[in-house]
Amino acid sequence: MIRVALAEWRKLRRPTLFLGTMGAVVLFTALVNSLLFLLLDSPHGNAREGQLINRSTLELPHGLVTGFSSSAGFLGLIALCVFAANTAQEYTFGTLRNLLIRQPKRMTLLLGKFLAMVSFSLVSVILSVIVSISLAYGLSGRAKVSTSAWSTSDARVAVIHAFINVCISVIAYGTIGMFLGLLLRSPISSISLGVAWLLVVENIIAAFVKHSGRWLPGQLMSSIASGGDINSSYSHGLVVLSAYLALSGLIVGVLFKRRDVAN
Amino acid sequence: MSTLAISVTDLSKTYGDRPVVSHASFEVPFGTICGFVGPNGSGKTTTMRMLLGLVSPTGGSGMILGESINHPERYLSRVGAMIEGPAFYPALTGAENLRVLATLGGFSIDQVQGLLERVGLGDRGDSKYKTYSLGMKQRLGIAAALQPNPQLLMLDEPTNGLDPAGIQEIRELLRTLADQGTTVFVSSHLLQEIEMISDSLVMLRQGKVIFAGKTKDLLLGQQPVIVAKCADPQDLPALLAIAEAAGHAGSVIDGAVHILATSDWAATFNKLCFEAGITLSQLNSVLPSLEETFFEMTGGE
Repeated sequence: MIRVALAEWRKLRRPTLFLGTMGAVVLFTALVNSLLFLLLDSPHGNAREGQLINRSTLELPHGLVTGFSSSAGFLGLIALCVFAANTAQEYTFGTLRNLLIRQPKRMTLLLGKFLAMVSFSLVSVILSVIVSISLAYGLSGRAKVSTSAWSTSDARVAVIHAFINVCISVIAYGTIGMFLGLLLRSPISSISLGVAWLLVVENIIAAFVKHSGRWLPGQLMSSIASGGDINSSYSHGLVVLSAYLALSGLIVGVLFKRRDVAN
Repeated sequence: MSTLAISVTDLSKTYGDRPVVSHASFEVPFGTICGFVGPNGSGKTTTMRMLLGLVSPTGGSGMILGESINHPERYLSRVGAMIEGPAFYPALTGAENLRVLATLGGFSIDQVQGLLERVGLGDRGDSKYKTYSLGMKQRLGIAAALQPNPQLLMLDEPTNGLDPAGIQEIRELLRTLADQGTTVFVSSHLLQEIEMISDSLVMLRQGKVIFAGKTKDLLLGQQPVIVAKCADPQDLPALLAIAEAAGHAGSVIDGAVHILATSDWAATFNKLCFEAGITLSQLNSVLPSLEETFFEMTGGE
């Protein structure tokens, strides 16, 4: 499995993909953090869907990573695209047959690819948390946010919790991307469907159907990233999302293992 | 230990109600070059895919290098293959594509440059795959197939897109590999190439094996033909009439009479022509080429 992961990394590390993805991570993280601090006193809000995160909230220990947690949705979408594209392109390029000739154990191949893409996503999350924390300190002075609580042990615990939660959320997004890539075998179809579902369809359902956020995967991933929210408690989110991922993993595992490679 | 690199028995594959490969049985001895021929859609690629574990058979069994095809992980580390044309990542260089496969297969990365040089891509390894011509892509596919230093090499149309010099290079490469003990199982629509390099043949038609054995046995088993030309082309109908009067069917092709008869009868035919006052400018007995045999056996498909 390690050999598969290392081989996958040879593809993931190519400059256009690696630098392009990490550039997008930096850009989105910087945008979210900048808006969070620079629009602190705006009557139109400074967070998702016009919510207002005020100065006193940012001055709490977890205020250091509020921007990072808010970036999780973007990081997740990037992971979804990377996982879906890298999985589905093996079918469109016809390279899957080469991979299976060199690694005939299909589940090993699948898990190795997953491992590589998870590690790629972890790099993006690490980069995002570094950028977030740097910007939080950098912008705190201008936004007149006290940082005294950010250097306490509570803040360090908050950073660790936020990091773990965002990682879980991003990996879940990526897993959904890989699921779609294996199911649809086309990068464009899998990315389009994934993004359309998570950004459009889920939001429409959530707006019209009460409590639907407790069961929709995209809403649950957001909830987990922020450590639980009004849609769902953290533990409920983890349990339901784990069930979704286990089910999708089972489906694609069986499909990938049994499906003929005929293209 | 078995002397067979490939052995399949009743191998079948059906998609829905449509049989693609039907009860195929054949054997390929170690260290030989075996040509795999058949019209388009006859099931060659599907058979190769089954031998490589990419497609599950719906019936029958097979052994590769002494291992069942139900366990491809037991033999694929000793097999090199290029199926249905080369397939690589367009945004990576040729060398990087080979490194991906070397890493995956646990082969040395250091061998990559040597492989590129072996297939004539030594100076283009750092170019992106998407900039390669069809012939260069084909060469890269062959390089990838050679990575495991294979005991068995399975190539599907390896000369597609190659110029005559490239085709000759590949022919020499395959011959060298076979001389070194590698078994080569190669499909091609260039029957002349197959005839030149293969020791044995497997011929498919509509998913069924219609011949499996030594190439020379196939050709020797065909009806020989006497080819005759006369000094005056106007005598060709008379030549044909002489042959038919003696009970041998014939036809006029490209200014020569082709008569279905053994070489023994050539002297008799020469005498009959002389007695009829016809001077022959050419008289020889030939076996049909593989291409002619192929068309005859596959019904001209």
